[in-house]
Amino acid sequence: MSTATYDDNAVPVDDEGFFTEPDRWTEAMAEQIACEAGIEELTERHWTVIRFMREQYAAKGTGPTVRVLGKTSGVTVKELYQLFPKGPAKTAAKIAGIPKPRGCI
Amino acid sequence: MDKRIVILGGGTAGTLTANRLQRTYGERECRITVVDQDDDHVYQPGLLFVPFGLAQPQHLVRSRPRQLHAAIDYKMAQIERVDLDARAVHLSGGIRLAYDVLVVATGAALLPEETEGLTGPGWGENVFTFYDLPGAVGLHGALEQFQGGRVVVNVADLPLKCPVAPLEFAFLADWYFQRRGIRDKVQLTYVTPLDAAFTKPVAAEALGGLLAEKGIELVTEFTLGQVDGTGGRLVSYDEREVPFDLAVVVPLHGGAAYVGRSQGLGDELGFIPVDPHSLQHPEHPDVFAIGDAAGLLASKAGSVAHFEGETLVHNIGRFLAGQPLDATFDGHTNCFVETGYHKALLIDFNYDTEPLPGHFPAAVGLPLLKESHANHLGKLAFEWLYWHSLLPGRELPGIGSAMPERGKNHVHA
Ligand SMILES: Cc1cc2nc3c(=O)[nH]c(=O)nc-3n(C[C@H](O)[C@H](O)[C@H](O)COP(=O)(O)OP(=O)(O)OC[C@H]3O[C@@H](n4cnc5c(N)ncnc54)[C@H](O)[C@@H]3O)c2cc1C
Repeated sequence: MSTATYDDNAVPVDDEGFFTEPDRWTEAMAEQIACEAGIEELTERHWTVIRFMREQYAAKGTGPTVRVLGKTSGVTVKELYQLFPKGPAKTAAKIAGIPKPRGCI
Repeated sequence: MDKRIVILGGGTAGTLTANRLQRTYGERECRITVVDQDDDHVYQPGLLFVPFGLAQPQHLVRSRPRQLHAAIDYKMAQIERVDLDARAVHLSGGIRLAYDVLVVATGAALLPEETEGLTGPGWGENVFTFYDLPGAVGLHGALEQFQGGRVVVNVADLPLKCPVAPLEFAFLADWYFQRRGIRDKVQLTYVTPLDAAFTKPVAAEALGGLLAEKGIELVTEFTLGQVDGTGGRLVSYDEREVPFDLAVVVPLHGGAAYVGRSQGLGDELGFIPVDPHSLQHPEHPDVFAIGDAAGLLASKAGSVAHFEGETLVHNIGRFLAGQPLDATFDGHTNCFVETGYHKALLIDFNYDTEPLPGHFPAAVGLPLLKESHANHLGKLAFEWLYWHSLLPGRELPGIGSAMPERGKNHVHA
C-alpha cells in the first residue's frame, strides 16, 4: 500500500493508484487525478459520471462496470469512451476516488 | 404446513433445487411448482464440444419434466411478470401462481442484438456463438469448411456464464486445426475485455502461459463495440480493430426479460440482487435466487448452482419455519478447463481464495491449475454426474459445498 498526494494531502492508494479510503477524496483532488490519467479538463459530462460513480459506490460497495454505467448514468458507452478514452470504469473510478471496480468472474 | 414454493426456470439450478426441496421437505410440507418455457433441457457444457464434432447435438438434450421428481408440478409457460406485493407470478395464458417462497432460477439470457452489427450481415456465416445449440451446430459447419485464415475468439463483456468456456474453445481450436493438419495456416486470437487471460492473477498467469505456449495471440482490455461481418473486423469502443475471417463471439449476457418487467425484482442488467451468503433478496425475504440469475460476484456455472443448492434448500426450510437463516454459501466454484490433446486443468476457488495450484480436494487428488489426462477424464465424467447426481440434487462424491483448503498452495502471482 502506498500514498499519493493530491491537493496537498497524502492519501492511501493501492498499487494501481486507486483510493482505498474514498472518504479522503475531495472534489478539489479530481482535476489533478484526471490530469495524471491524461484528461486535461473535467467537463460537466465528466462530473456527471464521477458523481454517479461515487453514488453507486456508496450504495453498492463497488463502482459500476462500463455496461452498467452506459445503462444507468445517462451517458452512453460511446460517449463514456470519448470522455475517458483509456477505459471509463477504471479511469472514472480513479478520478472519483473509489477503489478499483470489482468485476465479475 | 402446506406452503407453496414456486421455482422460475427448470434449467440446472431450478431442477436441482426442486428435487432437493422435494426430498428434504416432501409432499406433506410444501407444494413445489417449476415453470419453464419449453421441454428441452440442454446440457450446456456439451456445447463446447459440438463445434469440433466431439459431441452430437441430439445427445445433449433431454425432456425437462423428466428430470423432476414425479411429485413436482411442472408448468410449461412463459413467465410474464412477478408481482412482489401480491406474491404472485403471471404466466402466459393468463395463469397466475401464488407463492409463499419464490426461487428465481431463470439463468442468463444471451443478448447478441445489443452489440452493434453482431446479428447483422455475417451472423451465422462468418460470425458465430457456440453459447446456444443452433449457434454451436452452425459453427461446426463453418469450422469444417474453414481452410485457413484468422479465427478470433471474443468475449463481448462480463458477466458471462462459464467464464473459462471461451478459453477452452481457443485451446480446442488449436488442437482441432492441428488434427486437420492446417494449424500453420490459421492465426488464432483470443480477445477479452479483461486486462489478462482471466480475472484472478495466479490463474491468469497459468492460462495466459498456455495461450502463449499454443501460439494463440492475446488481445486484452478490448470491450466490443461493433462487429463488422462484411469487413471482417471487431471494433472496440476505444476504436481498436481486430480483423477476422471467422469470429466466435460470446455475446452480452443479461437476466431474463421478465425481470425488467417485474418492479423491484432485479438490477439494471436483469440479475437478482441477493445476499452473497444466504441467497435471499435484500428487500423481499420470501424471494431467493440461484444459479446464473443471481447477481453475485461468483462465477455463473453449473457447479456453483450445485453448491448454492445446499445453502438455498436449508435456508428455505428455516424461512418457512420462521427461523433466522443460518446456512452460508462461500462462493465455491469448481471448473475443469479443457485444453485439447485429451488434457484439462482444474480450478477451484471461492469469494476469498483465488484459484491456486496444488491438488483437489486434498493433497492427494486431481492437480490444480496444471494440465493432466485425469482432469480431462473428470470433465467427461461430469456429464454423467450432471444427469444422475447434480440434477437429482444429490451430493457429488467428494465435492462438498464448502471449498476445500487442504491441498492448496498459497502462492503469489
Ligand atoms: C458453452 C457453455 C459451457 C459451459 N460449461 C460449463 C462447465 O463446464 N461447467 C459448469 O459448471 N458450467 C458450465 N456452463 C454453465 C452452466 O451451463 C450454467 O451456469 C448453468 O446452466 C446455470 O443454470 P441456471 O439454472 O442458472 O440457468 P439455465 O440452466 O440456463 O436455466 C434457466 C432456465 O430458465 C428458463 N427461462 C428463462 N426465461 C424464462 C421465461 N421468461 N419463462 C420461462 N422460462 C424461462 C430457460 O428456458 C432455462 O431453462 C457452461 C455454459 C455454456 C453456455
